[in-house]
Amino acid sequence: MSDSTANGPVLAADGTPLKRSLAKALRREKTRALLLIAPLLIFVLISFIFPIGKMLLRSVENDIVADTIPLTVVALAKWDASSGELPSEDVYAAMAADMVVAVAAKAHTRLGSRLNYETTGMSSLFRKSGREIKKWDLATDAPFKEKFLELHDGWGELEVWQTIQTHSARTTPGYFLNAIDMQLTSDGPAAQPESKQILITLFKRTMIMSMIITISCILLAYPVAWILANLPARKANLLMILVLLPFWTSLLVRTSAWKVMLQQQGVINDILVWLGLVGDADRLVMINNQTGTIIAMTHILLPFMILPMYAVMQTIQPTYLRAAKSLGATNWTAFWRVYFPQSVPGIGAGSILVFILSIGYYITPEIVGGTKGVFISNRIAYHISSSLNWGLAAALGAILLVLVLLLYWAYDKIVGIDNVKLG
Amino acid sequence: MADSGNTDAFVEFERVQKSYDGEILVVKDLNLSMPKGEFLTMLGPSGSGKTTCLMMLAGFETATHGEIRLDGVSINNIPPHKRGIGMVFQNYALFPHMTIAENLSFPLEVRKIGKSDREEKVMRALDMVEMGAFGGRRPSQLSGGQQQRVALARALVFEPELVLMDEPLGALDKQLREKMQFEITHLAHELGITTVYVTHDQTEALTMSDRVAVFDDGRIQQLAPPDQLYEEPENSFVAQFIGENNTLDGVVKEIAGARAVVQLDSGDLIDCKPINVSKVGERTQVSIRPERVEFNKDRLQEGTHRLQAEVLEFIYMGDIFRTRLRVAGRDDFVVKTRNAPDQVRLQPGEQIEIGWLPEDCRALDA
Repeated sequence: MSDSTANGPVLAADGTPLKRSLAKALRREKTRALLLIAPLLIFVLISFIFPIGKMLLRSVENDIVADTIPLTVVALAKWDASSGELPSEDVYAAMAADMVVAVAAKAHTRLGSRLNYETTGMSSLFRKSGREIKKWDLATDAPFKEKFLELHDGWGELEVWQTIQTHSARTTPGYFLNAIDMQLTSDGPAAQPESKQILITLFKRTMIMSMIITISCILLAYPVAWILANLPARKANLLMILVLLPFWTSLLVRTSAWKVMLQQQGVINDILVWLGLVGDADRLVMINNQTGTIIAMTHILLPFMILPMYAVMQTIQPTYLRAAKSLGATNWTAFWRVYFPQSVPGIGAGSILVFILSIGYYITPEIVGGTKGVFISNRIAYHISSSLNWGLAAALGAILLVLVLLLYWAYDKIVGIDNVKLG
Repeated sequence: MADSGNTDAFVEFERVQKSYDGEILVVKDLNLSMPKGEFLTMLGPSGSGKTTCLMMLAGFETATHGEIRLDGVSINNIPPHKRGIGMVFQNYALFPHMTIAENLSFPLEVRKIGKSDREEKVMRALDMVEMGAFGGRRPSQLSGGQQQRVALARALVFEPELVLMDEPLGALDKQLREKMQFEITHLAHELGITTVYVTHDQTEALTMSDRVAVFDDGRIQQLAPPDQLYEEPENSFVAQFIGENNTLDGVVKEIAGARAVVQLDSGDLIDCKPINVSKVGERTQVSIRPERVEFNKDRLQEGTHRLQAEVLEFIYMGDIFRTRLRVAGRDDFVVKTRNAPDQVRLQPGEQIEIGWLPEDCRALDA
């Protein structure tokens, strides 16, 4: 073009580079667009992104030890944990000084609970000691080693000091290790005692059961979506209301209804007994276990599978099947080679939706899952609201998030995310 | 089974009826027989039953009554995939998730033809429609005309003896359509396949077919070669539907063999050929093609009736002139004349006399 010189950028009519004048022209539009989405953007940032980021940070954050007993942490750094000897007097003195301050601020119990996640007994050790240490006079009561040993046997245990030393850093991989059934010891990462190993099992169970739920949703939804897509619009709309009906009912109500249906004295068992298919003495156990969770969640998540499948199937013209048959394909071949491949994007979209929704599901497993049918999310809820181990809850949440992203990535690689259609 | 129909018939419809709702017959008493190698077009307005007939032949609809025979064998109860009929669909119906070569390979695969054989046949079929270089592409990467060719190749690749086409050129632009019309007829005759072609475009029907079946109201109104259909329509529907046509209403005054005199509602008398009128006093609609109307005084035949006309409009269309006249009280009477050096260009307002050869003017049903 005549406008572009051999060694310079293309210029606009007034001599400014074309790119810059174009950017200037577009800036107004961009600003307008940005202003339009600003309310939502700010809302999402404040109420969603920021809290989640903050929460995830808790999974590695460990300021409490270094903040509550700073002198002890410094003094303890020189101690060789593997020597088999208790720390020297200066560590005990530093601890005494720290504790006096901490007790005054009532921070010692919080530290105790924090360390209790790692070693049981720490909480009561700090709580009980606090009451006595309050009365100590730092200037006159030295040496403190004997006083501490006298106060509580715990202060004479190597494990207590090892725990404090191991967890004195301001950031810790401890919560993540805990999340995968390991712990941080003075010798580095090690497996949890078997009695405390539960999380890996829960992760596996969550994954496997989500997969079973997804597959049963596919199997149940496919024929329904097919019928919906092939019916005349009026009838399809009527049936669609039935599909959407569950959406308009409270999740809690639906889950509780399943409890009524599935329990041993419930509707289904009563009918089976009445029909004579099952003896009165051995009624089926279908609730408070994995079966209950799978049945209830399949039902609840089914619309999320039907809707994307229906949307995709609606776009597949019936002439494709006719064409296949006219070319000599049997009904089955025509379906399998021509219709099914075109409906895969719908299956993909539905599966991603259902799978991701189900691995984070909480209410339904909580109500109908018993102990065998609960998910990792129930454990996270437990740590958030009961054990108050927010660090571990955050670590579990982070792992769940990474798993979802990983699956999404894998799906993109295998099927291609642009193959996912919602309509 | 005693075959009542024509013994060389390849495709035969015998007293076929079709109803979707049990109340209205979409196809009423259809009888049709086609010899092998014929290119037959089913032409008609939408809702005339032509597509239903095609679908019954393909096996996607079942006949409510009557029998459809292919090569002497009744196919009423044979499912579509066993009929071995090639079909080209209106929107091509190329499988979007397969490449062009896979699309063509599909009918061969379901027939369990070996791989090397398959590849050879696919290549040959693609070359036949000049699409040999496109085997690896997906349908969405092709233009409408290219997709059309592929659809044709796919319908032919398994060498069916009968090919059905359901308005296959409907989505193409005019130029491409004309090119494809020529190519399809050429290919069909070259390969000797019997073709049933459905369209609502009369030009397409006239230019492509050996015979045209004009459908209306669930019946074949006329089944004839294109020239006969155009020049000798058997009823007023066909006359109206095929080509441009002038109609005048009147009553038969006298009939003498191949000649009749009709008194128009305006009182004027005209000469025409009786087609489906038989007695004096019957109401009739006479039909005359615009290009058969003569107004040059030197060429008007002696001894025939003439009509007075007033020129209303003169339209220059390049190769022809189209002149609208007021004749016998109607102002939609059209005359077409060739743009020749000595051709008269009529001026609006001019009073002229028009006439025609009696055999060009057909007295049809009212």
